[in-house]
Parts: sequence; structure tokens; C-alpha cells
Amino acid sequence: MEVGQMQSRLADYTKSLFMEGILDAQFLQLQQLQDESNPDFVVEVVSLFFDDSEKLLNDIARALDQQCVDFKKIDAHVHQLKGSSSSVGAQRVKNACVAFRNFCEEQNAEESRRCLQQVKQEYYLVKNKLETLFTLEQQIVAAGGSVPMIELSF
Amino acid sequence: MASPPSSSSSSASTGDEKPHVLAVDDSLLDRKLIEKLLTNSSCKVTTAENGQKALELLGLGDDGQRTFNGDASKVNLIITDYCMPGMTGYDLLKKIKESPTMKDIPVVVVSSENVPTRIKKCLDEGAQEFIMKPLQLSDVKKLRCQLTKFSNPHNGMLCMGR
Repeated sequence: MEVGQMQSRLADYTKSLFMEGILDAQFLQLQQLQDESNPDFVVEVVSLFFDDSEKLLNDIARALDQQCVDFKKIDAHVHQLKGSSSSVGAQRVKNACVAFRNFCEEQNAEESRRCLQQVKQEYYLVKNKLETLFTLEQQIVAAGGSVPMIELSF
Repeated sequence: MASPPSSSSSSASTGDEKPHVLAVDDSLLDRKLIEKLLTNSSCKVTTAENGQKALELLGLGDDGQRTFNGDASKVNLIITDYCMPGMTGYDLLKKIKESPTMKDIPVVVVSSENVPTRIKKCLDEGAQEFIMKPLQLSDVKKLRCQLTKFSNPHNGMLCMGR
């Protein structure tokens, strides 16, 4: 596949992520911040998001497994996850966190467990999609091309 | 008539072209983000992961108000997250406004939650502004512009354009 085709494929793929609501405008903001002085900025920030999320998801799961569930602690973790997903533009993860926090407030363990599954699902989805996106970018660069900035109107 | 090319990076007097911003946030991800937003807007940035460290950088650590000449060249703006464990952004704001040496530094509070009572509390305590997270490049550019106007009226030119 030649560079032009790869670039089209990347553009279509990226657009689909926005259309499906998996990413929002904040992700574009990250891309706009990336420049020659920091060409791996987006990958670095997203990696922090992955690290943060996996730790938080583990902490939440463990807290829900306790005899006496500490909803305040769980809410704090979910708040953090909501923050970092919002910062990278992982819209569906963020929205799942918002729903989760409502059940924490109600101290509803059963619904909280369901929410955790929902958040995990959305997280693994966006992780998968972003890893694919970065792979497509790497392929373009390896073939000598450059990664075009996506033009999207919101 | 040769004249040196005008460059915004050369400065006749103090050499303090770039505003120095102290950014406080407990999230590493958000610190990284705000640092980039600020450096892309031609600001010098120092980050702190909590209020205590921020106060220390400002020379307002536990042992009173000693001047700290480390790398804390004059801070022109403080941006702090509201929700932080231990000392919140509001607590930090209060301490800064209580300090005779630091009270005139503008403090901007950022938060992911739109809570009107929270916003009012911060503004009443003297916060220059309360901005919703995630911070946008346009927010930072606006802040930078305001800084320039206050500190150097002759540099109004920097506020033109985007």
C-alpha cells in the first residue's frame, strides 16, 4: 500500500472514532499541541492515560470486592478516571464514569459493579482503537510519509 | 539603513519576556497537558503536584515566609486544580491571598466540575478566573494575553491575531 492510501485509511479510521463518539474534540486538541519539539506528545499522554486507567480500574475492582464497600474511595477513583479520560478525549469512558458516580452516591454495590464492567468495556475499546490508530501512523512514517492533521468540523 | 531584525525573543531590559506560570495539579497527565499548553503559548512553566509543594516553590513553606532563590524566578500566574487530596486548590488560593508577598499574583482555578457555589467561593476569595477542565489552548492564550497587558502595557501587540 502506498503512502497516499495509508493516509486515507488513517483519516477514515480517525473520523470513524469521532463519529462513533469514542473520541471527542479534546483528542484533536492533543494532536494540535503536538509539534516538532515534542513529536510523540499524543502517544505519551495517551500512555499516561492507559497507565492511570489500569491502576484505577484495579483499585476500583478491589474496593468493590471488600466486605464493607468504601463508596467514598471508589467515587474518588472514578472521579480521577473521569478526569483523565476527559483530558485525552475518551468520551465514552468519561460518560461511563459519570453514570458510575451516581451509583456511588447512592451506595448501590450491585449497580456499581455493573458500571465497572461498563467502564472497563469502554476503556478496552478506546485502548484498542487508539493502539490501532498509532500503528497506522507508524506505518505511514515508516513508509516515509507524514501524518496529516485531521480536519473536522464540530 | 540596516536595522536589526525585530524579534520578540530579544528584550532590551529585564529579559523577562516569557511569563512564568506555576501549574498545580495532582494528576501527572494533566500536569503534562497544561505544561504543553503553556509552553506552546510561550510561557515558562513550573509544575507542582500538590499545594504544599507549590507553597514551597513560592517560598511560603512551613517555616514561614523566607525568600527562596532556588529556581523560583518571579511567578506571574498560578493555575491550580480545585480537586486535590490534602490541600485543595481553594485552600492554596486562600494561603496565597493571605501572603503579603504573593497576594498580587493572579490565581486561576480549574475544575472538571461545574459547581456554582464552588466557583463563587473561589472568585470571592480572589481567584482571577475559574475555568472548566480540560483547559483549551484558547483559554491559555487568553490568560497569557491578560498577563501581558497587566505587566507590560507596551506589549499590547502580542494580543493581536489568534
